[in-house]
Amino acid sequence: MNWLLLLEQVLNGFQLGLLLFLLAAGLTLVFGIMDMVNLAHGSLYMMGAYFCATFTNWTGSFLIAAILTLPAVFLVGVVVEIVALRNLYARDHLDQVLATFGLILFFNELTRLIWGPIGLSIPLPEFLSTTVEIIPGVPYPTFRLAIILVGFLVAALLYFIVSRTRLGMLVRAGASNRDMIGALGINIRLLFTLVFGLGAALAGLAGLMAGPILSVEIGMGESILILTLVVIVIGGIGSIKGAFIAAIIIGLIDTVGRSFLPEILKLFIAEDSAATAAPAISSMMIYLLMALVLAIKPQGLFPPKGVGR
Amino acid sequence: MTLSIRFFINAALLIILALVPFLTDWAGDSFYTGLVSRILILAIAALSLNLLIGYGGMVSFGHAAYIGVGAYVVGIGAFHAFEDGIDWMLNGYFQLFTTLAVSAVIALIIGAISLRTRGVYFIMITMAFSQMLYFTAVGVETYGADDGLTIYSRSDMMGLIDLNDEKSLYYLIFVSLLAVLYLMHRLVGSQFGNVIRGTKSNEARMRAIGYSPYKYRLTAFVIAGIIAGYAGFLMANLSDFVSPDMMHWTRSGDLIIMIVLGGIANLFGPLYGAVVFLMLGELLSSIPLTIGGLSVGEYWQLIFGPLLIFIVLYARNGIDSFLPGKGRRT
Repeated sequence: MNWLLLLEQVLNGFQLGLLLFLLAAGLTLVFGIMDMVNLAHGSLYMMGAYFCATFTNWTGSFLIAAILTLPAVFLVGVVVEIVALRNLYARDHLDQVLATFGLILFFNELTRLIWGPIGLSIPLPEFLSTTVEIIPGVPYPTFRLAIILVGFLVAALLYFIVSRTRLGMLVRAGASNRDMIGALGINIRLLFTLVFGLGAALAGLAGLMAGPILSVEIGMGESILILTLVVIVIGGIGSIKGAFIAAIIIGLIDTVGRSFLPEILKLFIAEDSAATAAPAISSMMIYLLMALVLAIKPQGLFPPKGVGR
Repeated sequence: MTLSIRFFINAALLIILALVPFLTDWAGDSFYTGLVSRILILAIAALSLNLLIGYGGMVSFGHAAYIGVGAYVVGIGAFHAFEDGIDWMLNGYFQLFTTLAVSAVIALIIGAISLRTRGVYFIMITMAFSQMLYFTAVGVETYGADDGLTIYSRSDMMGLIDLNDEKSLYYLIFVSLLAVLYLMHRLVGSQFGNVIRGTKSNEARMRAIGYSPYKYRLTAFVIAGIIAGYAGFLMANLSDFVSPDMMHWTRSGDLIIMIVLGGIANLFGPLYGAVVFLMLGELLSSIPLTIGGLSVGEYWQLIFGPLLIFIVLYARNGIDSFLPGKGRRT
């Protein structure tokens, strides 16, 4: 086994995992506090990538573009919440699935209308497009390292906000008993809108960081949305800690599995059948994990403490 | 049964559907026979899903997977008959039996695990399983992987019915639809149906009076899976092509849209839903309007998306609420 490759893949796994966490954090809060299935979260991620591409084009700087993108996606999130989602909280999950499915169609077509069907690319500034040697002789792209760094920073910040600030307290209270904090005189609608906007901004952050690595294209939100859903379901809906742990697990399994499964399979079965089976099995692995977790713990690994869910 | 206005509307729809091949002959455009065949096949799948979502309250978000399974059975049979000369794999009855058996087994496995969960978790786990099947299809190079399989020869029904003839195929589909409608009508009215519906409205109470909802739910899940698998068998024969895209989670979303469009827990709902969903797609995409150099039809989903949200928010019972008279409600 190639240890340097393994190290690189583990880092890539962390990078994917942290991107997933940024998406999952917002989604799991919306799920947990408002009991709302939001399939359109991937669209906000896509918006983040497209906004960033456009702003980079205008300003010529990726960093300024990134700073502009966050409030822009926050605004989009707030508008979506006020116009469409606000009316859906009281509905059953089927309605929510359907309406947010409609939102996905809308956002995809809107993107095609504004930016055209061809994907965009986000050029990186010089200092981010180099590589650094993590240990002597092993170069690793600076930008990917930056993603890992930003991901951990945001996770720490989020932990601080949720566990140490008043807003965080309200969020936690909302997750365990919505009606009660409403009765205590908290403006719950405003809280929901804020949390949704914050989740949107995090999705936008994930989008703008994924943009330079993957391509910025229509439908980029859907594939990652499914992974994100897997993450929050494994982690336990409504739990930030669960989302973080599950995101890292999924990131590692997906990346490391893809590059090492063929070799591992060769130990057990014939070489050519291993080569055909490996890609299928490695893309299935995370779903297998999810099915396994749900079969054993139907509420996910870290179900939030709460009443009457 | 009293003959309500609703009865006549439903009957009129079925009569029109029965006459479709002749109407298109008369109009000289056989394109529409194919389109209506597609609609009816999807209606069959949506009807089976309605048993789960509408009557049983089990929002399965992976129902398209069974369509894919049925279609792949036909595709793989035709592939081996064509490539390796194994003629018996083209036998329609063998393919049909395999389709039903395989979809039953898959539905049994998926259902046995998924039905342990509730609510959002159930939605997600059914989707996860369908994604697994999707990626299996994408990963198997032998059967075309991403590109899918072209079916060079349709199921051979041994002279009983010729599936290569568009009209015979259409009537097979139409009769299948009638059979599934009748089956659903009987199922929902039976004791089994009562338990399923009772479990949807109050599970604790059903337990209290001595039923074990799990077994009934699992049975419904398997029945729905088998019917959707059969729809896949028909679909493969209609389109002469199978691809992983048939099982993608957005296809499952389409099926749910049809059910809600048509009016949930309503016998004929999924049929109306399928008709409107696919017709709306055809219709909106052919709007001849051009605003500022952009053709509206090309961006029809820009209209369809918000329309969907509107329907969910304001027309809870779908098309059902626009038709006069009362449909069969639960």
